[in-house]
Amino acid sequence: MRRIRVVIAKPGLDGHDRGAKVIARALRDAGMEVIYTGLRQTPEQIVNAALQEDADVIGLSILSGAHNHIAPRVMELLRARGLDDVLVVIGGIIPDVDMPRLREVGVKGIFLPGTPMQEIIDFINTNARARV
Amino acid sequence: MAIPPRDDLLQFCHPATLQSPESHPYNGVDVKTAAETDKERWERQTLEPALKASPERARAFTTISGAPVERLYTAADLRGVDYARDVGDPGAFPYTRGIHASGYHGKLWTMRQFAGFGTPEETNRRYKGLLAAGGTGLSVAFDLPTLMGRDPDAELALGEVGKCGVNVTTLADMEALFDGIPLGDVTTSMTINSPAAMIFAMYLVVAERQGVDWRRLSGTIQNDILKEFIAQKEYIFPPRPSMRLITDIFAFCASDVPRWNTISVSGYHIREAGSTALQELAFTLRNGIEYVQWAIDAGLRVDDFVPRMSFFFNAHSDFFEELAKYRAARALWAETMRDRFGAREERSWKLRFHTQTAGVSLTAQQPYNNVVRTALQALSAVLGGTNSLHTNSLDEALALPTAEAATLALRTQQIIAHESGVANVADPFGGSYFVERLTQDLKEGSRAYFDRIDALGGMVAAIEQGFPQREIAESSYRFQQALEARDKIVVGVNAQVQGDEAPIAILYIDEQASDIQLARLERVRKTRDAARVERALESLREAAEGSANLMPPILEAVRAYATVGEMCDALRAVWGEYEEVPVI
Repeated sequence: MRRIRVVIAKPGLDGHDRGAKVIARALRDAGMEVIYTGLRQTPEQIVNAALQEDADVIGLSILSGAHNHIAPRVMELLRARGLDDVLVVIGGIIPDVDMPRLREVGVKGIFLPGTPMQEIIDFINTNARARV
Repeated sequence: MAIPPRDDLLQFCHPATLQSPESHPYNGVDVKTAAETDKERWERQTLEPALKASPERARAFTTISGAPVERLYTAADLRGVDYARDVGDPGAFPYTRGIHASGYHGKLWTMRQFAGFGTPEETNRRYKGLLAAGGTGLSVAFDLPTLMGRDPDAELALGEVGKCGVNVTTLADMEALFDGIPLGDVTTSMTINSPAAMIFAMYLVVAERQGVDWRRLSGTIQNDILKEFIAQKEYIFPPRPSMRLITDIFAFCASDVPRWNTISVSGYHIREAGSTALQELAFTLRNGIEYVQWAIDAGLRVDDFVPRMSFFFNAHSDFFEELAKYRAARALWAETMRDRFGAREERSWKLRFHTQTAGVSLTAQQPYNNVVRTALQALSAVLGGTNSLHTNSLDEALALPTAEAATLALRTQQIIAHESGVANVADPFGGSYFVERLTQDLKEGSRAYFDRIDALGGMVAAIEQGFPQREIAESSYRFQQALEARDKIVVGVNAQVQGDEAPIAILYIDEQASDIQLARLERVRKTRDAARVERALESLREAAEGSANLMPPILEAVRAYATVGEMCDALRAVWGEYEEVPVI
């Protein structure tokens, strides 16, 4: 079976990349193939990366409060490219009131500060699309 | 240097160490117990039987940075440490015990709460509230578009305007931000780095319009680009032209704004990115050394600009390691300025620093626990002799703080200052075997890092090779693994977890600020003299291509109401933009 391929992306202007880098490494150590996009990626760049890398999962790291703009745009572009089955998860600082809207647009996992790495690994293993 | 009188010896030393009449409390070489030290005897006679009776909780005990600590520290741990040479009295070289002879007797630290959100008007109201509540200095948090030199209408600014701080795009915003606040009477710290010259120029023009002489102005700009490349990543231009902007500011302030702190060399962000205490200390001071070297290379005299350099450290959760870190920083800077750069003035030797409690230690879970964490962290900063302090609010793992939470954070400092009694004595932990040992260890570890970075060709070269970035990424991952293994405990997160927490009220910043700022920008663009703006930006581009000081053309562009984005674009056109190779 092919290994799960994950694109970890830092959208927006924020440069706080500690979380993105730690999760990238933890997923890699858990046997996944991880592509880290680097900083300041637009939704278009992120979706392009997912397409080119044949990613099963996109992990967005957002701490700046721009999630309400970024996540819906990423989901829209994924649908437009026929990548509906790519699992999208967000890690970062997300106020409770914003969560229902993010889930509505199709974000499957939202991981707040203090989430154990293993919980994220398990979530991805369970929810990433099946590959043959 | 004063050698303490004999009376002190009795307080610091076990009697067995006092065999020589000239022996000194820290001078462990004088410990004349040939076969076995007191500590070794204690281990054999007292400790070993105790361990047999009851085992210890863990195999090894380490600081939060992973540095091993022993069970007990005694005079034997301070062998070779000379009080006068390595520690020194308060107010005396190398200032381990503080830069003021009377500690906090003369003046308490400045209680400087970092704040900024939404529009300049909203933030102006928060500032007036903080000053009314007894805050003694202002500290501006800018939003990401401002920090990154992008106007609110830029594509990458979408959804970011006013979210993490206040949006300041033109002089009109700066005027609104300080409306009714006399700039001659307050000191203002501005956390701004890549566009520091532009934002500082705006502040200077507002002061000018209030009729305040620049020579009277006091405050700080962070202006520390090296830690942006290393940790926080809010860089715009490549390292070398970025360094020129900084040395231009040093030179401009030395002649025109002499009381302004031209840089706040920051370990805070390095620590937040996951470094150890030692890495925070070593990389920050090595960054300081880099700025001094570049300014000297640009033709400045060391004693003309070093006294206006200031520092900014994190106050993390490991109480003793932190307070030792501040003490080590002071001694390292003093010796480096005197011995490496030949600084002659005492003001160049004295390291002044701001401290902020560790944002990264705050938990979204059980947020009231954060009040306790912050109080302990703040206490370590005060015991380490900080010159100013920001205490985080309990809700900052969730959002920017509410006014109530920010007030409680300020009250935490006031309680430490006025009720705890810790400000009554200079360096009260001086002489603690443990704290003195930790202080020396941190100094030695830092010197080893200085040597490695010197060998790489200096900090700019080390950054280009990814050295500090790799060191930090490694420490950060190691700490995460320690959390996962529960080798390190965070209460409420990987222990004492509670499932039934009621949510707390947070500050929610909506899109209104963005709309207001976009409208104001449009108004400014319509009413300003477009030809003057164009001329000013052209002069700035020309100056960037040459080697003249950049502050005068930036001041002219600011007066013409050029935007931060336009000014940065002028420099981008000449210098290009930096792109990092990510290090995981």
